Amino acid sequence: MSEDSMIPGISTYRFPDRPYPFCPGCGHTLTLEHLNTALVKLQLDPHKVVLVTDIGCVGMSDQYFDVNAFHGLHGRAVTYATGIKLVNPDLRVIVLMGDGGIGIGGHHLLNAARRNIGITVLVFNNLIFGMTGGQHSVTTPHGATTSSTRFGNLERPLDICKTVAVNGASFVYRGAAFDKDLPDHIADAIETPGFALLDIWELCTAHYVPNNDFSKGALLQTIQNLGLASGILQRLDAPELARAYHEQFANNQLPITQPQSIEIKFDSALTKTTRIVLAGAAGGKVKSTASALALGGMYAGLWATQRDDYPVTVMTGYSVSEVILSREEILFMGIAKPDILAVLTPEGLAQVPRQLRAMDESQTVYVVPELTERIETRARKIAFDFSRAHPTKKSLALMATAAIVRHANLFPLDALREAISTGQSTDIAQENLKVVAASEFIL
Amino acid sequence: MRELLDGAEAITRGARAAGCNFFAGYPITPATPLLLRMLRDLPNLGGIGIQGEDEIASIGMCIGAAMTGAKAMTATSGPGISLYSENIGMAIMGEVPLVIVAVQRLGPATGGATTVAQGDVQFLRWCTSGGFPIIALCPSSIAECYSLTQHAFNLAEKFRTPVFIATDKEMMSAQQSVDTNTFEHIARVERALAPNHGEFVSYYTRKLADIPAFSPIGGAHLTRFTTSMHDETGMLTKKPSNVNRTSRHLYQKIVTHRDELEFVTRDMQDGATTLIVSYGITARSMWQAARDARSTGKRVSTLTIQSLWLTPEKSLCDAMRGVSRVIVPELNFGQYRLEIERVAYALDPRPDVIGVNRVDGELIEPEEITALIRE
Repeated sequence: MSEDSMIPGISTYRFPDRPYPFCPGCGHTLTLEHLNTALVKLQLDPHKVVLVTDIGCVGMSDQYFDVNAFHGLHGRAVTYATGIKLVNPDLRVIVLMGDGGIGIGGHHLLNAARRNIGITVLVFNNLIFGMTGGQHSVTTPHGATTSSTRFGNLERPLDICKTVAVNGASFVYRGAAFDKDLPDHIADAIETPGFALLDIWELCTAHYVPNNDFSKGALLQTIQNLGLASGILQRLDAPELARAYHEQFANNQLPITQPQSIEIKFDSALTKTTRIVLAGAAGGKVKSTASALALGGMYAGLWATQRDDYPVTVMTGYSVSEVILSREEILFMGIAKPDILAVLTPEGLAQVPRQLRAMDESQTVYVVPELTERIETRARKIAFDFSRAHPTKKSLALMATAAIVRHANLFPLDALREAISTGQSTDIAQENLKVVAASEFIL
Repeated sequence: MRELLDGAEAITRGARAAGCNFFAGYPITPATPLLLRMLRDLPNLGGIGIQGEDEIASIGMCIGAAMTGAKAMTATSGPGISLYSENIGMAIMGEVPLVIVAVQRLGPATGGATTVAQGDVQFLRWCTSGGFPIIALCPSSIAECYSLTQHAFNLAEKFRTPVFIATDKEMMSAQQSVDTNTFEHIARVERALAPNHGEFVSYYTRKLADIPAFSPIGGAHLTRFTTSMHDETGMLTKKPSNVNRTSRHLYQKIVTHRDELEFVTRDMQDGATTLIVSYGITARSMWQAARDARSTGKRVSTLTIQSLWLTPEKSLCDAMRGVSRVIVPELNFGQYRLEIERVAYALDPRPDVIGVNRVDGELIEPEEITALIRE
């Protein structure tokens, strides 16, 4: 016996003094009565039941039930229901939406089925937009007359059940609002741990019935003509998302990443704020090198900032990082005129023509040998010498930067080694320390 | 403790400190670092982090979660705010505590994904239909990313309303050396809960500007949430007296408290006739400009705005009184300058208001500002 079934004697979940607002003969009234019967059958604690309504005539439904009510935006009911269920997996979250909501929010429906989030979706499918004046919806049959398809609907209707079934829904049912056994199926769906959907066909007596000479018999015939299956169409036993989430992390605790404290262990001879630009290529570890440079400066008692610039692509194109080292707090992080510019690759060079033009004789451009001739600047040009050490694409940025740290006397190289040893995993740090050692041969 | 931190990490820590226990988001540059860090941290703290199928689902999940008692946050960029728009309106209407981090990037539509800008400032103010007040905080430093995130949660909880943290690509991802010992820890403000016993009416308030007591879905009381115009019981209404009360309540509950919503930093210099006003990443250009100008003997005052919306009118008036020119640097065509001009209009004599604006994806150089400082 579930906890829910221990509160006995609820004879209705409806407000007794509040009649439904729907048109005479509207299917919504029937379906909501079936829902009430199902809730009475299950005897759920009203506090554990949430009706999440979408927009349209069905959007008014929650106001007639004495349970928790959540009335949301058009098509998005499933998203609210998902948030509610994730936070409190014990709740019975029941979504009431129309075929209009299925159309505008179909994406959410697909994903709820795929995730197998434990909510129950009742589709009040009357084949038309009722509240806004009888426009066609995604389930309007081909050829049907609506206020937006005057000469007959050219589009074909969506098979809601097949759509959610193929995406993994735990429970899928198709029926009509007149079905006497509908309350049992609704109760069955609510009791299903995973995602459950009932596609309930209804008459819209204001619009679809008069415009299409429609009736109960015609409705059932239409389901047949469209080749749509009825009854319970799918029942799967798959893990429900909200409980799966809580179980996964109950069993797998990652430690919270601990902050890396930088203790000042070295001195820097740096007297003036120094702006450094590393212009290289994506995949060349430019960003991680810049981080090591900034951290190294911090180990030597300096303030540091790091800004990165890169295109929207990932492993191709340029990667330019800017590092500022200073004795005082750095306010402005931009670098229009670098003190040091390292040109490492053609992609990097293409990004820095303005900086090269702005630099003067007091500043330095460090450049790989093959690009030396392409550098036009008033700044001092120094080429790396790769005759004794041969950086790879992945080690070039770090080797060049380590050489610059020493050559420009930014701070002791041991501070850079400290940054690498503390900031990177052991294997990577070992490799990178070798690169730092080799840097003495290139300048 | 000295650390090298970016804004994403500081906002994540601020959210943790504020008790955030639900995050849903959809990947978008430059807000993705927040998604990754919140999804990394929350499960370990007993919270929930989930990637939605799109932006609409992400904010929808946050709203459902918040009304079930969670402290929820989401993060996106301009294109995502476009998609959030309708749900932000719902959060205002339904009185949902929610923190939304808006990481600005350049341009309309897809724009420049990895390019800094401040072009969404007015968009955040008027981000949804109806014309109701919105609260937006804007950090200019890593320390403020931490403190203002806590304030954002507190304001969201206290006023039961969505609160923006308006930031940008550079504040989010540029790393800075900081001393985290100086970070400000803000006392948590929790949502006012309805007592477990007695009658509960979902949207009842005694006075117009009061905040309704909260009871989570699944808690002690049956609750009623709605995106539609409603009476105090949460039932749909068109009755003018009910509509008027709900509309005015949603307006007054924020505006009445506007004094509590002013967050600014003043750096006033005696005798200065020039005031610079800025916010976010561009405040850093302003600070440098003031440092440079003062080092050459010029006098200048600065006002850094942390609470973009509601406009901190009182602080702006105080700061502008007696100055002859106000310089407003920002990375857009002058969106916040409109607010400064509006507030300046009430002053006599009225200062000149001058914009320094860039929309090329570059930061404003301090020299562009100092060139306008006269004495």
